[in-house]
Amino acid sequence: MSTRLSRRRFIKSVIASGVAASATSGWYSAAQANRPAGTTERLISLNINGRTRRVDVLPQETLASTLRYKLGMTGTKIGCNRGECGACTVLIDDVTHYSCSMLTHSVRGRSVTTVEGLQAADGTLHPIQQAFIDELAPQCGYCTPGQIMAAVALLKDNPKPTRDEVRVGLSGNLCRCGAYDHYLSAVLRASGQST
Amino acid sequence: MYPFKYHRPTSLEEAASLYNGSDDPVYLSGGMTLIPTMKQRLAAPADVIDLSGIESLTGISVKGDKLTIGAFTTHAAVMASADVRKHIPVLAYLAAQIGDAQVRNRGTIGGSVANSDPSADYPAAIVSLGTTIHCQNRSIDGTEFFKDLFETALEPGEIITSIEFSMPTRAAYRKFPNPASRYAVVGVLVADFGGSIRVGVTGAGPCACRASGMEKVLNDNLKPAAIDAVEVPDAGFNSDLHASAEYRAHLVKVMAKRAVAAMLEG
Repeated sequence: MSTRLSRRRFIKSVIASGVAASATSGWYSAAQANRPAGTTERLISLNINGRTRRVDVLPQETLASTLRYKLGMTGTKIGCNRGECGACTVLIDDVTHYSCSMLTHSVRGRSVTTVEGLQAADGTLHPIQQAFIDELAPQCGYCTPGQIMAAVALLKDNPKPTRDEVRVGLSGNLCRCGAYDHYLSAVLRASGQST
Repeated sequence: MYPFKYHRPTSLEEAASLYNGSDDPVYLSGGMTLIPTMKQRLAAPADVIDLSGIESLTGISVKGDKLTIGAFTTHAAVMASADVRKHIPVLAYLAAQIGDAQVRNRGTIGGSVANSDPSADYPAAIVSLGTTIHCQNRSIDGTEFFKDLFETALEPGEIITSIEFSMPTRAAYRKFPNPASRYAVVGVLVADFGGSIRVGVTGAGPCACRASGMEKVLNDNLKPAAIDAVEVPDAGFNSDLHASAEYRAHLVKVMAKRAVAAMLEG
């Protein structure tokens, strides 16, 4: 088992067992202690990947934090955590948003799609995910979920983009490995065009 | 982020009363500046009043020779609006140049204007397109709105509700974008209102302003080369890691020439 996999499994099991608040997650426990006597209802319903999720959310919590640390949906990455790198990109009502720069409370009543929500019920990957694999697009892979979400929104809007249009469409997503060209090819492949 | 109380009012009255009832309140529009600022702990408001629940703040309408954009309208909506493209295409073009798709999907025109970032794009349009900034209880002329770095004519508690634009005969916007953030290092909007030229500059000084010297020259001779005769002193211009004041002064003329050329080409 690789260290990456075991780490991910560890995070998920911690969240599932419900002890995250008290011991393991420094972020969560610190946030709990600082909670002001608020007026906002904290237990809210979110629509994520077509499912209603009930979750206890602090006023200052961002959607990226809620997804990762409350719901265990670690596909959404936190890179810069300030709306610059795009690793946290999710779709809200079908358009791309930086989930690190959205308060979770502000997405109540809206429909959120994360990278976990793209594959079909039987596990078949979304055509864009498959194209990213076929083009060997990711290098380290950290920015990949964000790149995929940006590509999904782009192709929904513009099913046959030019390479330059893809470049502009994905310009909110940084890749420190510099695998941009592979990503552009993958999006063109997903749109049924030659790369 | 430091803890705060979160509020999501559904009317302007409710928003104002929440604001007045707090010791340290802040209005949240798209949050593309405010949320990162709070995360870096450069701002620590006690109450965050989210304006996204106030429906009357969103939308684009045309009445006579004015186009009005609700303050909570996103850059993406301005860019895609058939009304904006038809009546003030330069505004749709400008909106499309802001940041990236994620920023345009969330950032709002009212938030951008109220923030008065020296490198934001919209302010160039606010000072040059004959605008009126509507708030709850009064209206402010667009040329009087920006006061200084991140400072505007807004009083504490005031909310921009909508922005009314006049329709130029023709216009063009050109900017020198920061290659990473796409903020305007310098951006110049040139507009022709039936033979009267207005020039709005953003990015150069502490806040957007009109370039009256350039307007005078262009009113006599509407050609890119006419701008060569204009002196652009760099006194008071921003100087930072992106560009020196001297370079910004140079860019003002270059961007103005490009905007005039683009406008003449149609």
